[in-house]
Amino acid sequence: MSDNPLDRYEPVIGLEVHTHLKTESKLFSPAPVRYGDAPNHDVHPIDLGMPGVLPVLNEKVIGLAIRLGLATHSTVNTRSVFARKNYFYPDLPKGYQISQYEEPVVSDGWIEIEVPVKGSGKKRGAETVTKRIGVTRAHLEEDAGKSIHDVALSASEGTHIDLNRAGVPLLEIVSEPDLRSSVEASAYLRALRSILRYIEVSDADMEKGQFRCDANVSLRLRGSSEFGTRTEIKNLNSFANVEGAIEAEIVRQSEILDDGGEIQQATMGFDVNRQRTRILRLKENADDYRYFDDPDLIPLLIDEELIEVVRADLPELPEQKRERFEQEYGLPGETTAILVTSRRLADFFENCARACNAPKAAANWIARDLRQELNERNLAVDETRLEPDALASLIRLVEEGRLTTKSARELLPELVEAGGDPQAMMEERGLEAVSDTGMIDEWVTTVIGGNAAAVESVRGGDDKPLNFLMGQVMKAAGGKANPGEVRKRLVEMIRGDG
Amino acid sequence: MLALCAMSRITREDVERTADLARLSLSKDEIEAMTHELGQILDHVEQLQALDTEGIEPTAHAIPLATPLRPDRASPGIDPDLAVANAPASDGHAFVVPKVIDGEEG
Amino acid sequence: MKLESLEGQRAALDASEVSSVELVESALVRAEGAGADLGAIVGLRAEAALAAAAGSDARRRAGELRSPLEGAPVVLKDNMVQKGEPTTCASRILESFVSPYDGAMAERLEAAGAIILGRANMDEFAMGSTTENSTFGPARNPWDTSRTTGGSSGGSAVAVSAGITGFSLGSDTGGSIRQPASFCGVVGMKPTYGRVSRWGLVAFASSLDQIGPFTHSAREAAWVLEAIAGHDPRDSTSLPEPAPALESALTGDVKGLRIGLPREYFVDQGAEPGVVEAVRGAVSELESAGAKVVEVALPHTPYVVSTYYLVATAEASSNLARFDGVRYGRRAENVKDLDEMYRRSRSEGFGREVKRRILLGTYVLSAGYFDAYYRKAQQVRTLVRGDFDRAFEACDVIVGPTYPEVAFPIGARMDDPVSLYLGDIYTVSANLAGLPGISVPCGQHQGMPVGMQILGRPLDEATLLRVADAFQRRTDHHEHRPPGSP
Repeated sequence: MSDNPLDRYEPVIGLEVHTHLKTESKLFSPAPVRYGDAPNHDVHPIDLGMPGVLPVLNEKVIGLAIRLGLATHSTVNTRSVFARKNYFYPDLPKGYQISQYEEPVVSDGWIEIEVPVKGSGKKRGAETVTKRIGVTRAHLEEDAGKSIHDVALSASEGTHIDLNRAGVPLLEIVSEPDLRSSVEASAYLRALRSILRYIEVSDADMEKGQFRCDANVSLRLRGSSEFGTRTEIKNLNSFANVEGAIEAEIVRQSEILDDGGEIQQATMGFDVNRQRTRILRLKENADDYRYFDDPDLIPLLIDEELIEVVRADLPELPEQKRERFEQEYGLPGETTAILVTSRRLADFFENCARACNAPKAAANWIARDLRQELNERNLAVDETRLEPDALASLIRLVEEGRLTTKSARELLPELVEAGGDPQAMMEERGLEAVSDTGMIDEWVTTVIGGNAAAVESVRGGDDKPLNFLMGQVMKAAGGKANPGEVRKRLVEMIRGDG
Repeated sequence: MLALCAMSRITREDVERTADLARLSLSKDEIEAMTHELGQILDHVEQLQALDTEGIEPTAHAIPLATPLRPDRASPGIDPDLAVANAPASDGHAFVVPKVIDGEEG
Repeated sequence: MKLESLEGQRAALDASEVSSVELVESALVRAEGAGADLGAIVGLRAEAALAAAAGSDARRRAGELRSPLEGAPVVLKDNMVQKGEPTTCASRILESFVSPYDGAMAERLEAAGAIILGRANMDEFAMGSTTENSTFGPARNPWDTSRTTGGSSGGSAVAVSAGITGFSLGSDTGGSIRQPASFCGVVGMKPTYGRVSRWGLVAFASSLDQIGPFTHSAREAAWVLEAIAGHDPRDSTSLPEPAPALESALTGDVKGLRIGLPREYFVDQGAEPGVVEAVRGAVSELESAGAKVVEVALPHTPYVVSTYYLVATAEASSNLARFDGVRYGRRAENVKDLDEMYRRSRSEGFGREVKRRILLGTYVLSAGYFDAYYRKAQQVRTLVRGDFDRAFEACDVIVGPTYPEVAFPIGARMDDPVSLYLGDIYTVSANLAGLPGISVPCGQHQGMPVGMQILGRPLDEATLLRVADAFQRRTDHHEHRPPGSP
């Protein structure tokens, strides 16, 4: 038997994503949705499950649910029903969670993800294909509070319960078991997160717990069409953990199967430090949540008309934007994939491209140089001081030959951090490229004189040494010569046209 | 409707399982008595099975209404002191319960 | 007109013969005396009530009356919360609970100028029809203290019957206002589902619960309902309609009104002969006033009690899950872990009837039984509603006994839940179908009051009250008072 379980087994993975909705107030109460406040400072008696309280639905979530439905090519159900999921847990104030069960607000959709072609690994720039992943359903529900297990600061033993999060509106988005690897799983999550942010349904900040994932994992022998017994790994709160947990669970299950054992249906936890999954509890006695329609709430009826209003208002989605960028600006797929990762970056690109009238250059600057600056600082594009117009002006200076690429790259970090006008900065610091032909001719003459072999090749029609000679001239010019002009004079002077 | 004949008699184990779900502890005597009483009630309720309800929509609410909605406006939560004023145990902000063992539920 | 009725109090206040403070003072004395003896009152807020009464008297002097309830004392069933006041639901599990917020009833009554005197005894979490299942001990019927008051709003019924307050509020999930009203010889009304806000009413069965008034007369009931009814955006099941104008509907005229008598209430599932006789007498009275009697059919009547107990206990099992000893209420002492905390807190905190219903409700919702029990019951509910829709094509109101018998001795039914449940046969239908219903004293049997129930179309409280008022204009049953009345 080979060491790689993936040679024998095919993983079958489905994800359940819980994403906090962008609202000011909670799903069924007017308490504010805020992060980081002291425990129980953002609670209404409704969130505390006080005797006699009643839920009333936050109207904003309807539009958000419709947007998600449309963005995932799903059916937005004109009737959905809130049900009670009954179980006891200290951070579940009412002893039940208000959720949707048999009749969710959104069902039967899909999204597309880019996955590496088999064998090409997961290196950046690897060849990818588009894969369609089914979205089984998305339903509205309220979040539970937080159980704080280790309170180092507190003298009292026990678990501390903070209900600030209780009642925060969620969409639970359930995928079909269409994912076949940890890489596909994280590609799906990234695509979904990008959509959620585009349509402004959720900030989907994993660190704030706004975007959480449970993964259902099973293995089956390659070639088999039947599903194996699955386990559910709970509460994966980063992309790395999603990939790590799925990989660890694949190993765990394959070892059991290799030994002739059977997988037990279980809820799993992921031990980040040891990169291993472990059984939290078995699902032998299937959870009996005693779902029934919440008698305190009326079914949610959505007009077709409202769906159309929301559809008309729906922003362009990442996949649509990508297609348009490729067609409209003639950009390559690798670049557009980067440009559309967030709506803000895509908007930045378009504003910049318009201002400098050089879309390809703008795309390259943003997808390469700017992206690197952003990644280094862990910033989103609109969290910097750099305006699209400023980058456009920088690009224009380069395009016009007034600023070398090298000098422009040197200005970029400062523009990102402090902002400013590139032209003024260039002038202030004397970075403007020399276009004076007298000066350039002097440098060119010197270089031609000292590099006879290269000059000979160029004269013989070989363009390759030209770059070398250009480099030499630029070096002589201290990097400040207009490269277009340098190249032109080199050719003219060597080939004798001038 | 075959399954119905089998379910008319609630067993002691059913009562124990149900008490578990409802987080109630019952003494042996209580389980005995509840098994008997619930059995009587369920026997009576069996009469409903005689009614043909094929295709009948269930009524969840007697009076049909449009979906009532609340505008998405936040108002401050209740006074934090009041939030925990009734708590059997708290640290002044958070409620405190006996230590939860990870994975117990939820 | 005497001071124990709301109408008498209003007249005396208007005539400056008495002040609200004086009314409250004498109500407090009566509550501490007869109220305690009868197990009717479980908590008083003397100071707050006297202060509120002084405020009312000041308004009256300034000519700023808020409603016909201005200055009149009232007690709430102990399942309606008021900020800063205890609410116990007559349960050990809530024995120390103080509400951090105001319920709709506290707000509405205050806005109407009424003076909330305190809290009335009840069956624990409104589960029962005798007011015996109470951590405070049983309530006693003023007509015969060895008998039950009915329930679950027994304390509220006694408060009016024994002349402690002129009106009170109760809640009715399967008859919990109408049946004790019948037992205690007062008017008790359950409005259309959604008419009165449930905000701040500790839920028993959310799709059935409805708050309503106890009074001596239909006219007084109209005043109270006008004050407490109307849309509340905090209750998703609250009807959007504004509070109806009811007093103006009390014309005393029932000419041409069609009274439906369900065959099932009088023959098949008939009540005690003495009860039937009193109700038939009342119907004759209405006939002589010009109403027409028609026979109607409610063929699903034999199934309503089963249906009710499935729906009500299922909802209750979920509604009562919040009493877990985490955020409020009783927590068992010396627990070794979380599971034991849940189990012991709940087992020690809930009484036997509550546990029985939680178990039944949990069972009927559990995997494998849901369709056969809960779903089936919700379907039968549709059939029951259909019965009434058809019946109301032929008649304007449906009249029958409120309960098959008069008040029985305390303790008599404690060990026989099924036969006790079956007594609810005439009352639960109104809850299942969401209809308004009222119980009006219409005679006596064995020296105990008999109640006539009038059921109406959804939202048609006006017709119910018009019929009840027309009856009371022609009769004096509602003026009979139990022994020991003030």
